[in-house]
Amino acid sequence: MAYVELKAPPKPSNAVEEALADFSAIAKGLGVTLRHMFVKPVTMQYPEERPELPARHRGRHELERHENGLERCVGCELCALACPAKAIFVEGAENPPDAPVSIGERYAKTWIVNMIRCIFCGFCVEACPTEAVQLKRVFELADYTRESMIYTKEMLLAPAPKKEPEDSWLPGFLPEAAKQ
Amino acid sequence: MFDWISWNVVLAVIAAFVKAFVVVNALLVAFAYMTLTERKVMGRMQVRYGPNRVGPFGLLQPIADGIKLAFKEDVTPSQANIWVHTIAPIMALVPALIIFAVIPIGPSLLIADQPWTWYIANINVSYLYVTAVASLGVYGLVLAGWASNNKYSLLGGLRASAQMISYELAQAAAALTVVILAGSINLYEIVEQQNRSLIPYALYLPVGLVAFAVYLIAGVAETNRAPFDLPEAEGELGAGFHTEYSGFKWSMFFMAEYVNMVNVSAIAIVLFLGGWWPAVPYLGETVAGIVGPIFFLLKLALFMFFFIWLRSTLPRLRFDRLMGLGWKVLFPVALVNLMVTAVIVALWPTGVWPFI
Repeated sequence: MAYVELKAPPKPSNAVEEALADFSAIAKGLGVTLRHMFVKPVTMQYPEERPELPARHRGRHELERHENGLERCVGCELCALACPAKAIFVEGAENPPDAPVSIGERYAKTWIVNMIRCIFCGFCVEACPTEAVQLKRVFELADYTRESMIYTKEMLLAPAPKKEPEDSWLPGFLPEAAKQ
Repeated sequence: MFDWISWNVVLAVIAAFVKAFVVVNALLVAFAYMTLTERKVMGRMQVRYGPNRVGPFGLLQPIADGIKLAFKEDVTPSQANIWVHTIAPIMALVPALIIFAVIPIGPSLLIADQPWTWYIANINVSYLYVTAVASLGVYGLVLAGWASNNKYSLLGGLRASAQMISYELAQAAAALTVVILAGSINLYEIVEQQNRSLIPYALYLPVGLVAFAVYLIAGVAETNRAPFDLPEAEGELGAGFHTEYSGFKWSMFFMAEYVNMVNVSAIAIVLFLGGWWPAVPYLGETVAGIVGPIFFLLKLALFMFFFIWLRSTLPRLRFDRLMGLGWKVLFPVALVNLMVTAVIVALWPTGVWPFI
């Protein structure tokens, strides 16, 4: 371990030396503030300039899709169970066999998160067995009413892929809704 | 019937009224834009921008602030003395505004054979007037502290009175040095004297410089500005004497503080920096008469910047340290300086530079 030797300034021996030390300290301080006047401000001019958030920033939830457009969420409610703030409500339902919503047997009929309660801990992400829930970089969540802070599945679903992926390991069927 | 009123006197009275109106409004506009300048300069010193959202470069911010303050609820505590509580901010603001009446900001000149003066009143005892009126300002702070019926306010008011009375002594002793050097207590005459001898009194080594330093430190304390803003020490006293003030009454204290800054700086310029100094001896009568005030205002701006600079640099003093500095350092230094000046002036009445 290397230690930095911190030397205390020599003790002033008389009043004149003390006064000189005080004045030089004040002058030093004035120099620091004057120098900082010419430093570029670190302020981000927010609405015009936008922050470059890290890739793993925990912002608003997003419900992901598979490459073929089917929802990843299978309605298992593990995220709701893991949520320490009890912010998530999930209601699962059987997948209709002719037009499946997800690739499993079941899908989430309703998937609601209350953003007033959410503490952005990311436990729902960890609990999700299909990696359907992700916390994304959306951070502008402020609004005026409690009702508008409740985000439903339609608001959180990731956009459907534009075209069918060519080499997908998934069964190659797309629901009509996802194709559009 | 009114034969004894001459037309010239009527004109002079009207001119004085117009000038007073212009000066008071200029001071209040200067106050408004001082707040913006202070926030911006302090922002830059703290590596941020300061207000820049209202209007271009935030230039309309003072107007927005003024509207906000005027429409804020004006709360008077139920146990407060309502009359004193209302009068106190007026008592703080009015002395600050009327000091500027005697401050000459430019040399007199003739415009089309009519005399034009850059002051409202030129009285023989103008520095005495300045000290007298400046001391009245402390009543506003003390009465505000007392009338609020709040212990923090009272402590703030007490601190204000103790501090301002203590530092007035050092300030007056420093100013008396200049009065001895100039041989006059008339501010206009003091400036003229400096212009005649070609150097401002701050450069009269060593006495002038010492007096200037003492005056400056005492002046910062007189205006209750950082690092001597003990009366409103928010860490200890809430907001000191104006804890119980809001809305327009609060903004009057705010105005008084900034106008006092302008006053102290203006008097320092008049006494020590030669007022419109480089203009008069070098530019000729007529040009100096018009350019002089610009030199004065430039110096004023430098002083204002200095006040802001100090505020963003130095932490607040402890109260006993403040009193110690005032009584044990500044006042003795100013007194010794005064005596040395008196001796030098007595020995060499015509002057020996660099002393006189």
